Amino acid sequence: MQERNSLLNKTKFNLKDITDNSVFSSFLSALLAIFLGLIFGFIVMLVAAPANALTGFRLIVLGGFKRIGDVFYFATPILMTGLSVGFAFKMGLFNIGASGQYTMGMFFALYVGFMWDLPDSIHWIVACIAGFIGGMLWGIIPGLFKALLNVNEVITSIMFNYIGMYLVDMLIQGNSVMYVSDKTRTRYLPAEVQIPSLGIPNSNVNLGIILAIIIGIILYIVLQKTIFGYELKATGYNRFASEYAGMKGKRNIIITMAIAGGLSGLGGAFAILAPSAIAGSSMTYEPINIIAANGFNGIAVALLGNAHPIGTIFSAVFISHIQRGGTLASLVGYKPEIIDVVIAVIIYFSAFSMIMNSAFIGFIKRHFGKGKKDFDDNMDNEIKEAE
Amino acid sequence: MEIVYYLIQNTLPVAIPLLLVALGGMFSETSGVVNIALEGIMLFGAYFGALFVYFVQDLGLNPQTILLLAMLVAAVAGVIYSLLLSFAAVNMKANQVITGTSLNMLIPAVILLFSKMYFNSDGVTTAVNLYIQKIPVLGDIPVIGRMFFQKTYLTVMIGILFLIISTVVFYKTKFGLRLRACGEHPHAADSVGINVYKMRYAGVTISGILGGIGGFFYSVGVMDGNVNGHTGVAGFGFLALAVMIFGQWRPGKIFLASLFFAFLRTLAYSISLIPFLYNLGINQTYYKMLPYVATMVVLAFTSKKSRAPKAEGIPYDKSSR
Repeated sequence: MQERNSLLNKTKFNLKDITDNSVFSSFLSALLAIFLGLIFGFIVMLVAAPANALTGFRLIVLGGFKRIGDVFYFATPILMTGLSVGFAFKMGLFNIGASGQYTMGMFFALYVGFMWDLPDSIHWIVACIAGFIGGMLWGIIPGLFKALLNVNEVITSIMFNYIGMYLVDMLIQGNSVMYVSDKTRTRYLPAEVQIPSLGIPNSNVNLGIILAIIIGIILYIVLQKTIFGYELKATGYNRFASEYAGMKGKRNIIITMAIAGGLSGLGGAFAILAPSAIAGSSMTYEPINIIAANGFNGIAVALLGNAHPIGTIFSAVFISHIQRGGTLASLVGYKPEIIDVVIAVIIYFSAFSMIMNSAFIGFIKRHFGKGKKDFDDNMDNEIKEAE
Repeated sequence: MEIVYYLIQNTLPVAIPLLLVALGGMFSETSGVVNIALEGIMLFGAYFGALFVYFVQDLGLNPQTILLLAMLVAAVAGVIYSLLLSFAAVNMKANQVITGTSLNMLIPAVILLFSKMYFNSDGVTTAVNLYIQKIPVLGDIPVIGRMFFQKTYLTVMIGILFLIISTVVFYKTKFGLRLRACGEHPHAADSVGINVYKMRYAGVTISGILGGIGGFFYSVGVMDGNVNGHTGVAGFGFLALAVMIFGQWRPGKIFLASLFFAFLRTLAYSISLIPFLYNLGINQTYYKMLPYVATMVVLAFTSKKSRAPKAEGIPYDKSSR
């Protein structure tokens, strides 16, 4: 095998290079999980209403393409919370508190938007920074508890989801400048605080998505090219070994959670400051004692993207895409909750798709790896087509 | 004194679901599987329990019989749902936290989907009155009778029974000892002939039974027999995890922890009935935050010397021995 490979032209397909590549295998396992999740969703639709199942399924899978602008608009907040969860995950921390940090960031951005008098050109930027700080405050607490007191960050961040939700609702209801009690929601943010729109007609897409993608790329660089990123990943692999090697585990936990919180908070700011024609989806907040769903969707996004910043960008767009499809499927009588079912099933399978995946690759290697000369070329074409 | 009676009578039905679910979490974690899916298991059990009540409520059965039968249904439902977790955690060696999170996300969506399709609502609403004004004989005991056996639910007594059974199983049986061994040092347990995979399945299944029943008892004691996909069990599954950690994975301490938590929650929701606290004029939202803040404070003091099972969350792989 080795000899034959060395004889092959370098541009030619090499089975071993591809099957042993970790990016390829995590991509394949995500695809496998998505495939199984969609199949499950289709079965549920068949059970629910067989007549429209095919139409509805087509709307879910393809419907988002008709509303690309909205796909990106709704992808922005879940991309930020996804990056937040994924970043903490690289260190072995499970930031289930993205919801609380998101709500806090939203509140800080709202507060700056309404209460501070700033020049129009920088107002939204300051509001975004305030959102980052708000989320950071709410993220640093679980970090401190974990690093200094050894409290499991999952429990802390769940508790702070509730505390943050009650606190924000109370602060908003108590502020007569922001809150309109007749409408049980805040006033709409004035146009000068809103994030600039990208100006694409008939869509709500705004500068937020561009900023979010840039932040994703920056995180990728931080994780791959800096000492801090290296320490972070090392601690995620083995906390004790990295401490033995002289890395400051406690300090890194606190910094990681602060950054993760800030990213979620920024997601909240991007969500609330976005200009939108969809009523109630941004610019105003309704305090109804409900934990922000975007935080939990962020967990799904991060897990599907394998906690990799670039993977998270794609998975956020994908999840937003099928969510738009789910809204369209309600046109033929399906409830939009079907998408939440599909997403949950995707996450369930993605938790162990690595194992299924390695079994799958092993199967390919066993059956095609040895002896078959023309297989390499065939597989090459197949892969190219699939991509 | 009226207030004391009121608070005790209202604390117990809230404490029991927390107690049962936390005990379930304890069995699962001492066998070595982190069960973050308790929230989902609770909701699944609650939904099927309430669905059962909904279908038999017109047959004219005794309400307490209905409660017992629905409890069994909820237990079976909890077991079925927990199998999804044990399959992923034991057979597929998946990340248990991710699996648990996905199970938590799945069930509210399924409930909303099917309730909207078949009932045209967000959940199930039942019309059986399971409330007990006064238990005969026991309710007549002075003071104690009024505290524990009046204006209550049958769930309280069943919950205490389960606490006793769990304590005996946990400490006094061969099974309990083996279960704990699998969570502390599975390789050592395996070397003396204990089947770690089976024990972990057993631990998660018990948490399914207790989680399902706990969820149904939540819907009886807190939600008047209704289940709603939007509010679900309002984070009680997660709170139960906190109660379990607060109780240091030990049945007796878990019982005290659940009482503490339930008392604070009851207090938060009955401020307007207590003139002394009401007159302080503190925003009621602070009281609603109190149980969560108190949990954090308690955890901050108790977690330094945490007695968490050493092998929890780590998939057991025979070949790595």
